[in-house]
Amino acid sequence: MPFEVLEDRRSQIIRADPHRVAKLGCGKASAAGSVSQRACTFCGSRVVLYPIADALHLVHGPIGCAAYTWDIRGALSSGRELHRVSFSTDMRETDVIFGGERRLEASLRSLIAKYSPKAAFVYGTCVVGVIGDDVAQVCRRVELDVGIPVVPVMAEGFRGTKRDGYNAATRALLSLVGRGDTSGIGKVSINLMGDFNVAGESWVIRKYFEAMGVQVVSVLTGDGRVDDISRAHGARLNLVQCAGATTPLAQAMEERYDIPYIRVSFFGIEDTSDALYRVAQFFDSPEIIDRTRVLVRDEVSRVLPVLRSIKRDLQGKRAGLYVGGAFKAFSLVRALRQLGVVVAVAGTQTGNQQEYEELQATCDRDTIIVDDANPLELASFLVEQDVDVFIGGVKERPVAYKLGIGFCDHNHERKIGLAGFEGAVAFAREIHATATSPVWNLMPRRASRPREMVP
Amino acid sequence: MTAAQLPVLSNEPGAEPSSSEAPAINPCTLCAPLGAVLVTCGVRGAISLLHGGQGCATYIRRYLISHFREPVDVASSSFGETQTVFGGEDNLIRALENVERQYSPEIVAVATTCVAETVGEDVPLLLKKFNGRRAVPLPVVFASTPSYRDGHIEGFHAMVHSFVDAFAAPMAERSRVVNLLPPLLSPADLRHLREVIQGFRVSATILPDFSETLDGAIRQEYRALPPGGTPIEAVAQMAGSLATIDLTMTGKAPRASDLLAKRGTPTKILGLPIGVRATDTLVEALEQATAERQPQWMADERGRLLDAYADGHKYVFGKRVCLYGDPEWVVALAGFLLEIGAHPVVCATGARNHALEEGLRRYPEGSIDEVLQDVDFSRIEQACRRQNVELLIGNSKGYSIARNLDIPLVRVGFPVHDRIGAGRLQVLGYRGTLALFDNIVNTLLARQQDTSRVGYSYL
Repeated sequence: MPFEVLEDRRSQIIRADPHRVAKLGCGKASAAGSVSQRACTFCGSRVVLYPIADALHLVHGPIGCAAYTWDIRGALSSGRELHRVSFSTDMRETDVIFGGERRLEASLRSLIAKYSPKAAFVYGTCVVGVIGDDVAQVCRRVELDVGIPVVPVMAEGFRGTKRDGYNAATRALLSLVGRGDTSGIGKVSINLMGDFNVAGESWVIRKYFEAMGVQVVSVLTGDGRVDDISRAHGARLNLVQCAGATTPLAQAMEERYDIPYIRVSFFGIEDTSDALYRVAQFFDSPEIIDRTRVLVRDEVSRVLPVLRSIKRDLQGKRAGLYVGGAFKAFSLVRALRQLGVVVAVAGTQTGNQQEYEELQATCDRDTIIVDDANPLELASFLVEQDVDVFIGGVKERPVAYKLGIGFCDHNHERKIGLAGFEGAVAFAREIHATATSPVWNLMPRRASRPREMVP
Repeated sequence: MTAAQLPVLSNEPGAEPSSSEAPAINPCTLCAPLGAVLVTCGVRGAISLLHGGQGCATYIRRYLISHFREPVDVASSSFGETQTVFGGEDNLIRALENVERQYSPEIVAVATTCVAETVGEDVPLLLKKFNGRRAVPLPVVFASTPSYRDGHIEGFHAMVHSFVDAFAAPMAERSRVVNLLPPLLSPADLRHLREVIQGFRVSATILPDFSETLDGAIRQEYRALPPGGTPIEAVAQMAGSLATIDLTMTGKAPRASDLLAKRGTPTKILGLPIGVRATDTLVEALEQATAERQPQWMADERGRLLDAYADGHKYVFGKRVCLYGDPEWVVALAGFLLEIGAHPVVCATGARNHALEEGLRRYPEGSIDEVLQDVDFSRIEQACRRQNVELLIGNSKGYSIARNLDIPLVRVGFPVHDRIGAGRLQVLGYRGTLALFDNIVNTLLARQQDTSRVGYSYL
């Protein structure tokens, strides 16, 4: 396949040299006709707010936007599961001509009466933005009547990139924070943001903090509850995971409520240990530091032998990864390195300049670093770098499989928890099952090689 | 109750469906460009370009990839705020050029998203301007697919119509070809239908035919556009075929087969061949069109299907079933259930037209209890509760109902997002019906076995 990268895209692809960090042409709209793996602004807002399980999520627009976001994520709830139901105003032609406000108001009122949610989010889609429905006005009117927060999320698909959608979600969350009563929140308390409780990961992380003696006030975006979010301003520290999505929220809470934040990751045992220690150090209490030390020591000594035995099989394997945000990429590079796996391709949908610089510094020389890739680029990189396992989401999966390359889902659809110490083991097992499966030896790509090269 | 007075709960017969102000809860339809994209997947060397926001292309890709588990590349003109205000011409041109550079397509199929339709983009004009400036025009075809008007079914039919309209010119001579216009079928069923037609010693032009493109082999090299699909040259000759077999129920969308009939090919509109009688009808139509007898293997398969009916009839008799999905599927499955003695008590579709109701009129009065059109899954669930449904047959999106009601679901049609092999699901013809019948009976037997206190080992 003689593949040539589009002229429009050349500035968004580089080869890493840890000693000479280069600039990437990131942070712009996808090149028209490129077949980007990105979704839209609406998607960005929907992703962040999705796991708030006792809220009504009403998509105001034609049916598609709601149909495609119905139960697409593995974000678990410990109670109500309203987030797994798809609600749409199902706008029709007459609404586009005469305006959709009446339909929106009727839908909101009937759904709130039927489901008694703790809050309602109303997502404005492209059409709504064009015809100019006053969504905020309708939300205000309904809120006054029904007595629950009714929050407009204005993130029409054309208004920017997925990142702009994160900002819209931030504004929506901020309108809830500060409404609740903060009594009962102690001095050693945190919020966790940017963890989506995929396969119960927030519960794993929460368990660690409970063992350390740190109170988790709210996981805003994972197993989320409106009441918890409303009192999140009572916490003393915000932890920001999946930084792209929730850094703006943490910044806003720092300005408004004087709550500092730190960036953390719970992917891989290094990052997880580091995150727990940094929280312990922040609260600066000898007891908490002691408990953290015990926790990390116990967990690491339990997990490390398993990782070491898996590493023996994986040593020297090559991986590619293409993920939503850069912070996950950093963690994955480190976690894979610990398993003896070299990352040869690393890309993200929404990384920014600073994040790409950090990514270059984290990766080995000659790793291909790519922003907003398309399937043809990814396919050509995977072949060129001869990777054994590709890590991404559902849209990346067939690119790998069609080449006879293993694939590991690290997106929100997955059903296996990969966070924390136990998640590190699950991740290692997942990579192991993928990269060492004998089926790949039968694929044309490998089968045509001399036999001694076949493991 | 006569057949003509089937109870239609969602809307009054004869009136335009829905447009009540009720919100949709778990939609049973998809958006129009998705249908157009699927058709494009079934044309050789074709690629889809959606004029509008990036998200629409990506959501549609994701949805299709989760079903077919194959690469589905859909380009977007990537509308931003500027294009929404000032028009998307520049982006459309850039997108066409970039798609051409990366994919070297034989044709680009352009469809619209809601935002392009709402701001009133005149895409045919823009495409004409684009090609007017080129020494060699880029082959393009266009369908208008606003989702505030139509669902995936209309988008599908609109793109088939556009391909036929653009390429199928009247022919001076007739060739030994039978055209087939299918609704949204699985690659396995498309392959089988080709085999059936070829059994009558003619070749088949199937539009669309994504039997290879969306169920492809693993190869040494990644192909930008997967091999397979109906060649444009074959589409161009469709008006010179012996006959067109049209298996679609287009509702309010114009029929591509009407165009072909006007341009010279006689058309036969049939239901999907699920069951003995429906497949017999297809066989008769093919015998008539080709003046050939059905091959022996087909007669043998028919015999085996009857044999299976004898083996399994007791297990399905009187079972209260809910069918849902695209109208063609529901109508054909209802006929099949009636043929084997099961009871299709609820027949439902999210389609925004009256095709389902009209299609079901062919069955005897009293055979179906509730017909629901333009509905979502929450209303289908209510109907299932009212009718004490024991079995669901439809796409995987009905799983939440199966779970809530603790009844089994036999997955057919599109989408199937929770099992592998959706592209290999075979339901059509004698052979496909046999697979479906076995699947239904075995699903019921497994249920009986699993819930039995005894756990019989012979059933």
